[in-house]
Amino acid sequence: MGYTENELAKDLENQEYKFGFVTNIESDKAPKGLNEDIIRFISAKKNEPEWLLEHRLKAFEIWKTMTEPEWAHVHYNKPDFQDITYYSAPKQTKKYESWDDVDPEMKATMAKLGISMEEQQRLTGTNVAVDFVMDSVSVATSFKAKLGELGIIFCSFSDAVQDHPDLVKKYMGTVVPTSDNFYAALNSAVFTDGSFCYIPKGVRCPMELSTYFRINEGGTGQFERTLVIADEGAYVSYLEGCTAPQRDENQLHAAVVELIALDNAEIKYSTVQNWYPGDKDGKGGVFNFVTKRGICERNAKISWTQVETGSAVTWKYPSCILKGDNSIGEFYSVAVTNNYQQADTGTKMVHLGKNTKSTIISKGISAGKSQNSYRGLVQIHKNAHNARNFSQCDSLLMTDECGAHTFPYIECKNSSAKIEHEATTSKIGEDQIFYCLQRGISEEKAISLIVNGYCKEVLNQLPMEFAVEAQKLLAISLEGSVG
Amino acid sequence: MNDTIQQNKLALFTEHLTLSNLAFSSDLKEEALTVLATNDFPTTRQEDWKYTRVGRIASIKAIQNQQNSSISLPEMIDDSMLLFVFENGRFRADLSLSTLPAGIKIKALSSCNSDELSLVGSLVKQENQVFTALNTAFATDGILIHIERNQKISSSIHVLNILSGENTASFTRNLIVCEDFGQAHIVQEYRSQEANSSVTNVITEIFVGANANLTVDKIQHEEQGNFAVLTEQVDQKKDSTFTINTITLDGTLVRNNLNIEVNGSNCESNLNGAYLLKDNQHIDNHTIVDHKVAHCLSNELYKGVIYDKATAVFNGKVFVRKDAQKINAFQSNGNVLMSDDASVNSKPELEIYADDVKCSHGSTTGQLDDEAIFYLRARGLSEKAARNLMVSAFIGDVLEKIENPSVLKMVQSIIQKKHGWEF
Repeated sequence: MGYTENELAKDLENQEYKFGFVTNIESDKAPKGLNEDIIRFISAKKNEPEWLLEHRLKAFEIWKTMTEPEWAHVHYNKPDFQDITYYSAPKQTKKYESWDDVDPEMKATMAKLGISMEEQQRLTGTNVAVDFVMDSVSVATSFKAKLGELGIIFCSFSDAVQDHPDLVKKYMGTVVPTSDNFYAALNSAVFTDGSFCYIPKGVRCPMELSTYFRINEGGTGQFERTLVIADEGAYVSYLEGCTAPQRDENQLHAAVVELIALDNAEIKYSTVQNWYPGDKDGKGGVFNFVTKRGICERNAKISWTQVETGSAVTWKYPSCILKGDNSIGEFYSVAVTNNYQQADTGTKMVHLGKNTKSTIISKGISAGKSQNSYRGLVQIHKNAHNARNFSQCDSLLMTDECGAHTFPYIECKNSSAKIEHEATTSKIGEDQIFYCLQRGISEEKAISLIVNGYCKEVLNQLPMEFAVEAQKLLAISLEGSVG
Repeated sequence: MNDTIQQNKLALFTEHLTLSNLAFSSDLKEEALTVLATNDFPTTRQEDWKYTRVGRIASIKAIQNQQNSSISLPEMIDDSMLLFVFENGRFRADLSLSTLPAGIKIKALSSCNSDELSLVGSLVKQENQVFTALNTAFATDGILIHIERNQKISSSIHVLNILSGENTASFTRNLIVCEDFGQAHIVQEYRSQEANSSVTNVITEIFVGANANLTVDKIQHEEQGNFAVLTEQVDQKKDSTFTINTITLDGTLVRNNLNIEVNGSNCESNLNGAYLLKDNQHIDNHTIVDHKVAHCLSNELYKGVIYDKATAVFNGKVFVRKDAQKINAFQSNGNVLMSDDASVNSKPELEIYADDVKCSHGSTTGQLDDEAIFYLRARGLSEKAARNLMVSAFIGDVLEKIENPSVLKMVQSIIQKKHGWEF
């Protein structure tokens, strides 16, 4: 008997979240709720300078005047912001000198996630530096010394605030201003930690930088703040991976990522996102409301690659502001939704400089009863002469109960611009499956082959180390259809 | 604070308007007044009006009844067409045809009884729609076209809407019913004579019966200085074909809402649009094709050429509802910007809830190819002629969808007059 689509649907439905486990580490928590005192508590806990506390309090004032955005094509019960713990740190906050000092339980967690550092350290040796974020505090930073030789700063955001306050002060909030949106304002008020990365002039970062985010403590919000600065002529490839343990209540993740690519610099930012998507009845799961944006100065390039398989609700638009002449923005995305997941994701490409180029490739796969939307903005401003954009967003529908939607916004104010947008929506072609069956390939393998081929354009953009994990996640999300 | 100021704007606008005395349901009119009392002119903060500011319409000191009896009808499309003339939303019997062929009923709404108007308002939704509510509350007249079952009307029906005078607010309500197996071709023409700061607000509700075939050519060339908000709401029954060609050639601010609900299987819907803008013109085309049942086809093609400081907006939406399988829906929008100050906002959207469908959309924005112009110039064409040839070919893709040769000829001659193109 061949593997039928019905069987596939059943398999998908019964697919449990594989990374759902809770690490039992006592944590240092702030009381629930959000008010000025909590913000002062977080700031004091992190031993922050006065200007940062002021920044937080200002953001909190702005946040209080804002309302939650409702334009996205998603439906969910709004989180109660007074019912969230805004600070949670593993109790052992002392820094580890070497990998061997790390809590063995935490090591086991990482091993389950498939990012065993020991293995990485042994096998790859020099390839990947991981800044592992467990809840809100960064607990292990490897390869720091090696990067230091080149003048590269790669550390947790709180360390950066202590050690490099000038850089943080100069660049934080320049790409995503505090008042940008509801969740960015919230993040600016209560962010706890994140990663900071600075590549000095003309340096090509020799390894892929990587961060793992995990939501561990029940009921905690995760408010990450990431700042990546590539100085003139620098190059960095940054990887961000997310896996979260299984939780029944909805958890909020509202991160802000800012990328700054100065003249001739290049930043490649790759994400594999696998927050807990909720069970097959749509119960639980992570709310992922993220603001990611980069700014390109002259001849700079920012490339976003994302593989989105998790989260109950995703609201995420990694964007590029192409400010400098000849700058380039790229966005490659695979978004998979299953069961009751909802994703509203896409990008914004804002062309300000002359001869700017942007490419958008978005591939959506909807299964179960999920809703998957692409929402993108291509904006060509008046002085962006000879701007060029190409957008392609394809959707693949796996069942007759899911939805795939496309909402592109194209705004052009310059006559020398060339903008192309195309989108298709279809299901896996029966004739394609038939062709495979005829050649002795089972239906399951055929579906896998087709889905793989469909995503190839995006997966090809991922760095080697990540491509494997991305394929693993795709396989978990759509097991039975992806080999 | 802001709310009260805005509220006053709508109240000011309606101050000198008299309520509609057409014979359709009074519940509808009351509903409209409630909408007007609780709403306001839309702002760019509303998604549907994101790119279009209606402030200039809102600030008109609107009056309704002006008619200019000395109005003369310039060259007509075709003498063989059945001509009906409305001026400022009022029927001009003196200029209209009085004898009708068999199988068709055409009347002014003002002479219809409530039974004949029972379908009015059954398609359009008023909730939060200020322009729809304005029309419902203040409609003065409009045309009822009723094509009977099995009737194929060989002569085209030409409905000419003329806008005249200053600060005129014209509210026209039309009802077109094409019964099962009926067939007709209707030309809705909008033009102005000696008009300034005037606004046309038209709602046309169109019922396309089973196996019916209805074609509407909508030609808009009200002069600059005037505004228009036009809505067509279409209901298609099974096996029917509906085609609408929206050709917008003039006007300072034009907003077209074209909503097609496909309620029967095996339907075909064709939406074609062409727009040519210059100076400070602003043209906003909003379309919705809502596929509610399986086995249907929709084709949408909108193309525009934008000169000077003009702005074009295209917002096309295709819905494919759950269980509406085997739908083929295609949507395409092309724009050519002819000046550095011209701008375009395009938003082709797809919302799909069924899996066995083929849907695609495309949107392009660009300028004329310099090499192609060089090629033509090398063969002796002036730069201007070369450009005109290229844009007329670009727009030609849409114009060639107009099947009636005399309508096409009229459209071409208007373009020729306004933009100097040769066809």
